[in-house]
Amino acid sequence: MHPGTNGAGHFGAPFGLMAEFDTPEPLLEAARRARDEGYRNMDAYTPMPVEGLSEAIGFHTSWVQRLVFIAGVSGATGGFTLCWWMTVIAYPHIVAGRPLNSWPAYVPITFESMVLISCLTAVIGMLALNGLPQPYHPVFNVPEFARASRDRFFLCIESTDPKFDSEGTRAFLEELQPLGVTVVEP
Amino acid sequence: MQLDDREPTALATLDPGPDKVIGPGHDYGTVTDEISGVVLRPFLKTPPQMFIGFACAFLLVNIFLVAVTWLFARGVGVWGIMIPVAWGFAIINFVWWIGIGHAGTLISAILLLLKQDWRTSINRFSEAMTLFAVACAGMFPILHLGRPWLAYWLIPYPNTMWLWPQPRSPLIWDVFAVSTYATVSVLFWFTGLIPDLASMRDKAGSPIAQKIFGLLAMGWRGSAKHWARYQKAYLLLAGLSTPLVVSVHSVVSFDFSVAIIPGWHTTIFPPYFVAGAIYSGFAMVLTLAIPVRRWYHLEDLITMRHIECMSKVMLGTGLIVAYGYVMEAFMAWYSANEYERYAFLNRMWVGGYWWTYWLLVLCNILIPQLLWSRRVRMTIPAVFVISLVVNVGMWLERFVIVVTSLTRDFVPSSWGMYYPTVWDWATYAGTIGVFLSLMFLFIRGLPAISIFEMREVVHHNAEAAHASGD
Repeated sequence: MHPGTNGAGHFGAPFGLMAEFDTPEPLLEAARRARDEGYRNMDAYTPMPVEGLSEAIGFHTSWVQRLVFIAGVSGATGGFTLCWWMTVIAYPHIVAGRPLNSWPAYVPITFESMVLISCLTAVIGMLALNGLPQPYHPVFNVPEFARASRDRFFLCIESTDPKFDSEGTRAFLEELQPLGVTVVEP
Repeated sequence: MQLDDREPTALATLDPGPDKVIGPGHDYGTVTDEISGVVLRPFLKTPPQMFIGFACAFLLVNIFLVAVTWLFARGVGVWGIMIPVAWGFAIINFVWWIGIGHAGTLISAILLLLKQDWRTSINRFSEAMTLFAVACAGMFPILHLGRPWLAYWLIPYPNTMWLWPQPRSPLIWDVFAVSTYATVSVLFWFTGLIPDLASMRDKAGSPIAQKIFGLLAMGWRGSAKHWARYQKAYLLLAGLSTPLVVSVHSVVSFDFSVAIIPGWHTTIFPPYFVAGAIYSGFAMVLTLAIPVRRWYHLEDLITMRHIECMSKVMLGTGLIVAYGYVMEAFMAWYSANEYERYAFLNRMWVGGYWWTYWLLVLCNILIPQLLWSRRVRMTIPAVFVISLVVNVGMWLERFVIVVTSLTRDFVPSSWGMYYPTVWDWATYAGTIGVFLSLMFLFIRGLPAISIFEMREVVHHNAEAAHASGD
């Protein structure tokens, strides 16, 4: 075993306690109960998105859409500016008697730049906010966790939670009638 | 880990019929096993049709390499293009391929926003089709450049000559539209794959497969917080891809309609091109999905409902395309413009290409009307043949647009005829080989149906059964 397993927060303390369920509904219920019980640092792991689960564990975010909005505005501005600068400043060239700043012709490139930058930001931003790529995470130490990507649903209460204590939290999780409760090694 | 390789005798792959998107008795585990089983089965358990198909496709890839080498060695003169028909096969194939790609984005983005349940088992597959079709499409303008090694001149970059591309030209819009489309298609496809790559990582038996899938899954663990951000990003991608797909083929149609060539210069082109793109794309999805579902016994995941819905979309978009043809004829008459009228007469019976026009009407308008009959939509071989016919018809449409208009412009002294050479055909057939080879490799190497979205379908069905059962 690891040295110094007693005392949360020290090296070797467990990452948390994990309860396993076989359908999404009991997990959703368990997450709500854990939150009512006063637990805050927890996460749920599911093989597909489950509606209402992130709210149940008390997680709210709007950063993805904010980032994408900023990216969209910058992309559109950048695209338009590029066209304007190329035709008015860098390489002024009169075509068919049109004014140098022939802005209607810039619309397609403005739109495409908006979409390009927004989509790149949506994906890269989502991954960055999720902390991915992440080569190591303690939850993978639980052997049953291989089924989190198949047909099992997990709730993990983390040891960083102020209310966490190995005995009490385990007793609470057992109450929720999971398939099993496992200690997550750090 | 147990692999799912059911004996052919024990086929549980019952098609549940035209009302269901998934066969009976599936749970979260069985959909995972069935879809990942296609990839994780031992190499020699690959259906023999896949080996034969890949061998044929790979032969075409080699023809492509020969054709392109010859093209690079000798220049575009090896093709049949000349003045006045300087566009020829390269542009016909470019438009055809990019149109095929559009069905993938339509299925993954627009049908997601419309919450269509039959989208789920075909979206991954169609997104891959989009990627490979766009890759084939993107090659043609570059091969057509004459000096393809200078293709980077299309991109605005600071250079010592202080020259910049012309952003008032549809050809430069095309560079932006197609490169954005390719990038966004890759993003959409890969984002959809991440959770499935994690499933593959956790299910893979061999350490090498585990490492590869693990690397690609980037440590995805299905956290509820991750899913929340993931779903937002996915929805935003769908929302952004929807206008993108419309814009891309509109920009492609501007390549024609902004020019003043009779037969090109018309305002109906953007919507008519977009409808045509979706039409040919759905035809290609059917052409690919029908054999694959049979070879891998996926009839319970790609059901008759999918086939029927796709046939209906094909019929609907086909009618929009037919409306486009009728409007072109009407405008030729109603505009009272003698060049427009002549361009149309030339297309239909005066010029040397009249038979391509009537073949196109047969393939794109007449034969697909069979799909009105439910019996035809329910007959797999008939749907398969119609999808092939539509693929041919849509290629002919681009041939008619590009070639007949260019052969007869304003001054009779500049008229000419265009005949493709063997190198035109070799390059075209070659890209079909590139496309099919990539599709075969994709189906063998990555989950071709979205596993996590199929689990959502299972969950949704369970909830519905629960609600109606008790």
